[in-house]
Amino acid sequence: MPMRATAILAWGLALLALLAFVWVSFLQPRLNESVADTLGRGDYELVATDGSRFTEDTLDGEPSAVFFGFAHCPEVCPTTLGDIGIWQDMLAKEGKPPLRAFFVTVDPERDTPDMLSDYVSWVPGVIGVSGSQDEIDKAIMAFRIYAQRIPLEGGGYTMDHSSLVLLFDERGRFFQTIRYQEDPDKAVDKIRRLLASQS
Amino acid sequence: MKAKQLFAATAALLTLSTTPIGAETTLEALRIVDPFARATLPNQPVAGGFMVITNTGDTDDTLVAASSSAAARMEIHEMAMDGDVMRMREIEGGLIIPAGETVMLKPGGFHIMFMDLSGPLVEGNETEVTLTFEMAGDVTLAMPVVARGKGGMGHGSHGGN
Repeated sequence: MPMRATAILAWGLALLALLAFVWVSFLQPRLNESVADTLGRGDYELVATDGSRFTEDTLDGEPSAVFFGFAHCPEVCPTTLGDIGIWQDMLAKEGKPPLRAFFVTVDPERDTPDMLSDYVSWVPGVIGVSGSQDEIDKAIMAFRIYAQRIPLEGGGYTMDHSSLVLLFDERGRFFQTIRYQEDPDKAVDKIRRLLASQS
Repeated sequence: MKAKQLFAATAALLTLSTTPIGAETTLEALRIVDPFARATLPNQPVAGGFMVITNTGDTDDTLVAASSSAAARMEIHEMAMDGDVMRMREIEGGLIIPAGETVMLKPGGFHIMFMDLSGPLVEGNETEVTLTFEMAGDVTLAMPVVARGKGGMGHGSHGGN
């Protein structure tokens, strides 16, 4: 049955062409859609220590830094807050206003907005963010943050968590990361470029 | 003249004993130098304590416990960066101080952890900490509280790694 075989071949080729079309026009662009467009996007709804709501829309309007931590954190979080203080000092010396920085807790059970408010109060520009566990979990997903609760032998728990500071531009698009204890000059360089990228 | 020299020497000694950096405690074969804790942030209920422990003896010892009136409990922890993720673990069985070796408890690594602090650790204050070693027993030392961003031994603000 050569006719039948030809028909199958033709249909096969048509199907392949269709798949190629779908790939090129829909799937590939989605795969190529950069992290910049999607990072931080989600339907989380949190509470900031300045009384405002913290949602994906909060990132729009002006550049910001976002990092995740918790107050029961002995080293990384206080150090990062201290580093942000150093960046803000350096920016201030250049006559720039402090960069908006959100400290989002990965431990909402213990970090209420009230207690976070004092915790971050000493660094200019830093705003604490908390909320229900469900909403925090959504934010952790949206920002692709790693956070894991680790029980301690003597009772209680600690949190393993990502230590990156994420920079977003004034349209809420992800710009770059600053690594834990990155050289302040390099970190502020990134912030300067972030500020310069504003349209 | 002699009195003056003595005075100078005494003054130097006094300066040494009130200077946190380089403070030294000896317990049998163990030498513990440069203990410090960092000042806490508002509402920070935990803190790390750091020091350098040298075992000058020929048997291993283990730091099995620590306690302080400043904290409801203390644990011996190890912090490590796994890529960009900070992980912290209690060291099971305590921190071994091998014979003839020096173990550093420093920011970003081993530390004794003050948990449920009874109050903030304030820069310039000292907090007493009792360390318990398996072999050498107990020793109590004064742990100066330094500002954030300052490590011991003249490490700059970025002694974390």
